[in-house]
Amino acid sequence: MQHFPIYLDYSATTPVDPRVAAKMIPYLTENFGNPASRSHSFGWDAEAAVENARKQVATLVNCDPKAIVWTSGATESTNLALKGVASFYSSKGKHLITVKTEHKATLDTMRELERQGFSVTYLTPLENGLVDIATFEAMIRPDTILASVMYVNNEIGVIQDIESMGNICREKGVAFHVDAAQATGKVHIDLAKLPVDLMSFSAHKTYGPKGIGALYVCRKPKMRLDAQMHGGGHERGFRSGTLPTHQIVGMGQAFHLAKEEMDQENKRISTLRDKLWAGVSDMEEIYLNGDTEQRVPHILNISFNFVEGESLMMAIKELAVSSGSACTSSSLEPSHVLRAIGREDELAHSSIRFSSERFTRSITPLGHVQVWY
Amino acid sequence: MAYSDKVLDHYEHPRNVGTFNQEDADIGTGMVGAPACGDVMKLQIKVNSEGIIEDAKFKTYGCGSAIASSSLVTEMLKGKSLNQALDIKNTLIAEELALPPVKIHCSVLAEDAIRAAIHDYRSKNSTNEDGYNACMPDK
Repeated sequence: MQHFPIYLDYSATTPVDPRVAAKMIPYLTENFGNPASRSHSFGWDAEAAVENARKQVATLVNCDPKAIVWTSGATESTNLALKGVASFYSSKGKHLITVKTEHKATLDTMRELERQGFSVTYLTPLENGLVDIATFEAMIRPDTILASVMYVNNEIGVIQDIESMGNICREKGVAFHVDAAQATGKVHIDLAKLPVDLMSFSAHKTYGPKGIGALYVCRKPKMRLDAQMHGGGHERGFRSGTLPTHQIVGMGQAFHLAKEEMDQENKRISTLRDKLWAGVSDMEEIYLNGDTEQRVPHILNISFNFVEGESLMMAIKELAVSSGSACTSSSLEPSHVLRAIGREDELAHSSIRFSSERFTRSITPLGHVQVWY
Repeated sequence: MAYSDKVLDHYEHPRNVGTFNQEDADIGTGMVGAPACGDVMKLQIKVNSEGIIEDAKFKTYGCGSAIASSSLVTEMLKGKSLNQALDIKNTLIAEELALPPVKIHCSVLAEDAIRAAIHDYRSKNSTNEDGYNACMPDK
């Protein structure tokens, strides 16, 4: 029986909450109908479950359920948003804006759009990881059609000022996409107030199953885009493919629990984070990556200068964490996020990300790392 | 990626960690890699009057495989002549430690460190051992 270490890598993925799993299982073997089957109760039953889940997701982010489109995950949602908008509005302009610290789902999609003839500006954030609003505004050109900025950064945990950027985009007629994969269940999202046109959601970052996500497509003002998946016209033509009822039920329940429990969890996790930080911050040559205020309590990314990240992870093998070190990425390149915020390569190589969430009970402060080679 | 037992062993119990005085005539120092790459190795050899490496020490900034590669090298070097040391290939190191493909470069760096250390020793002592001249690490 393999021995697993203590999991502190929640930003990579979360376990499915047992209450979510329990809700999902009947839809595998008992209520297995295809939600698109109009003619019998297997279908009607599945459809009802899907629509209930849609409402649960919409409730967490305070939007019209009709604006939620089911996808296979935040990566697909982002692909749909970026490619769909670029393609639909390409006659209006071909300039796109994003940030160097975005997730690869955004960056790689932007690169692909560049290959297709679009031009992309990749903003460099400030050293604290935040986008400078004045710089953002200055980058918008008459031919800009879309900007994409993530809400909460998965590596360093900083929270971007989405509201200000969204307002600027509305003013200038630029579509605004926000990757909220790491934000749900961590920060309050109110789409009735936020001037956002498209928002990507992921279930498996919020105690739901992997392989399901959603895209919010604003209805007022109406956001248009070209579908990327064809075949049956599901989700009002936005995304074809039989809806995976069990997955959708899982995501709905996960987001429902997030709404109920977010506030008290955030308090508890802040306490854990403070304990962890207190345990290490008096060590020499420790650097916190990302702004100290504008951040979620769940993610702590620290560079331990002079000790390489992967070897440090070997020293704390009772903990499952991740590192911005090249050694841990298959490309041997250090974290693009840490480099974008100006961290020298050595500090990027020496970084560890600790992320704790619902199932982290307590953290005993780590002992000093003894061996310095 | 799970580490091999040998890598874990060298990581937890590294052999010959430390430094010699770089200025001493019988010490050769090889420093290879760069912090920007996440891998730096300093390998030092102590060579006796018969041209045999009688001791070696290392210090490494890098991942577990890099640390293990340089630690293993210090063990391999002891008792060898300089020419024999130059015969140590990275493939031998990689095989001994069961390094996965993505970590082979750590063994290559360790081989470079040996060459650099020997080059340094020879330039301090301008020995003419068998006219062997291949020890010029590519700059």
